[in-house]
Amino acid sequence: MSATPAAAAELFRPALSRRRVAGHIFAGLCLAATLLSVVALATLLADIAAEGLSLVSWRFLTRFPSTLDPLKGGIKSALWGTIWVIGLTILFAVPLGMGAAIYLQEYARAGRIKHWIELNIANLAGVPAIVYGILGLALFVRWMHFDRSVLSAALTMSLLSLPVIIIATQQALAAVPNSVREAAYALGATRWQMVRSHVLPAALPGMMTGIILALSRAIGEAAPLVVLGAQTYIQFTPEGLFDMYTVLPIQVFDWADRPQKEFHQLAAAGIVVLLAVLFVMNSVCVGLRGWQQRKHLG
Amino acid sequence: MTSGRGYRRFREGGIQLLLMLCASISVLTTLGIVVVLVSESVPFFQHVSPLAFLTGTRWTPLLEPRSFGVLPLVWGTTVVAGGALLIAVPAGLATAIFTSEYAPLWVRQVLKPVLEVLAGIPSVVYGFFALHFITPHLLRPLVPQTEVFNAASAAIVLGIMILPTICSLCDDALRAVPRSLREAAYGMAATRLEVSTRIVLPAALSGVVAAVLLALARAVGETMAVTLAAGHTPKLALNPFTSIETMTAYMVRVCLGDAPAGTVEYQSIFAVALLLFALTFAINWIAQRTMFRFREVYE
Repeated sequence: MSATPAAAAELFRPALSRRRVAGHIFAGLCLAATLLSVVALATLLADIAAEGLSLVSWRFLTRFPSTLDPLKGGIKSALWGTIWVIGLTILFAVPLGMGAAIYLQEYARAGRIKHWIELNIANLAGVPAIVYGILGLALFVRWMHFDRSVLSAALTMSLLSLPVIIIATQQALAAVPNSVREAAYALGATRWQMVRSHVLPAALPGMMTGIILALSRAIGEAAPLVVLGAQTYIQFTPEGLFDMYTVLPIQVFDWADRPQKEFHQLAAAGIVVLLAVLFVMNSVCVGLRGWQQRKHLG
Repeated sequence: MTSGRGYRRFREGGIQLLLMLCASISVLTTLGIVVVLVSESVPFFQHVSPLAFLTGTRWTPLLEPRSFGVLPLVWGTTVVAGGALLIAVPAGLATAIFTSEYAPLWVRQVLKPVLEVLAGIPSVVYGFFALHFITPHLLRPLVPQTEVFNAASAAIVLGIMILPTICSLCDDALRAVPRSLREAAYGMAATRLEVSTRIVLPAALSGVVAAVLLALARAVGETMAVTLAAGHTPKLALNPFTSIETMTAYMVRVCLGDAPAGTVEYQSIFAVALLLFALTFAINWIAQRTMFRFREVYE
């Protein structure tokens, strides 16, 4: 089978210049897409800063919201509500999540049950937040009669953040090398002694990072609490487990949902406070990550 | 050395039991969700037949004559989530191709925190952004008759919200394709465009599809941004510049409206939640299957 040179040239047409042009266009499009996320973030932050930054002050943080003279009001009740709900969530979800992760990583035998529980946790992490609100509404608000209290909110938020906490802490435990465990066993440690004094200290920074990220997601989450019946305009801060409450994202939602311009200014100011809280938490994460890396090098 | 062997064995067993109880909470949560959603929807389905619920095209729970056809809400969710995918899939995939095939390492290192911040911004903030920036400054100049609440602005912010998920999961999938495949293609004089789109992308397809599905599940369940931006007008409209209502936004409306327990509109939120849960569960399940079943394994 011998093709004539003309036919071979017909079969193989490199058309290099055309392909190169197409390549450059494609690269340009990909670069543009990459810039899109940067532009989106910059626009969002600029828009919110331009609208709300001027309103953020000590007075804004320490006053209750006002319907009569909205711009004189503040977010004291929402700020305290968030502190209450997240504080209680830490109390409930962190020990439970760490316990579950330790069980799955250090105790459970590899097998069908462990695989099934892990699959179940991955699925729970994908359940929409508002469905957790429905669960909390039926379980805590109505069946257990905790009503529209801080306690119901914190229990619901705990269930919501548990899967994320478990997955993150389990990853941190898995990153601890097996030689650490074997060293402990070689000294005659029991399983719990091995976990407590060898694995946990090594995994702690990684666990903390995961937990803080999960909590910062919970701080911004409003949907389940709206379902639970969190209030929007509250003139007091919670003082006990069964008090009513509002939180930062719900306060922001309420302001943003009103048509008048001054409320939009308030919403933007509330967002600045909310983002500031999240920024502080994430800085702690970055610090922990750095500390852990230095520790490993040292 | 102070404690005896018996005590130590007792303590070890107790601790193991305690930890096992912690792990069982997750199973109980799943069980709780299913039990609550099903048992609380039963009263609703005694008023409204499941067939009328699933196939009805009118959703007027608060107005006489009442009608509980869920399709307008499902349509609202579809329009918003579909629009979000239309924006986020091309942009996210192109970003992933750029970072894994074209860009030097530092671009990825700069982009990663940007995506993390985008992913960490609360949903309600995106809702405010849609109302306060996207609709008046982006959509109105292009389409003057855009309503204050509209599906398009919700779709755009939702697209931005799921962009980080798609970018990072696609980037992982593309990076998992072995270098030898790329080099073989370059050896055959393929250009970078051809290597990216004809070699790497097909090899990473299962990961890309799973990323899109996971992002879709998130978009379907997203609540606060959509509630703020898309409004509360359940209808089967094709025009994205008018107000619609999603399943999640309907639940928020009923909960904010203080519907007394026991009324049909109150019970309806459990039925809608059951449908939402089933939908997101199915999408997540397919995503996981795709990831495991169709993954190409390379040496």
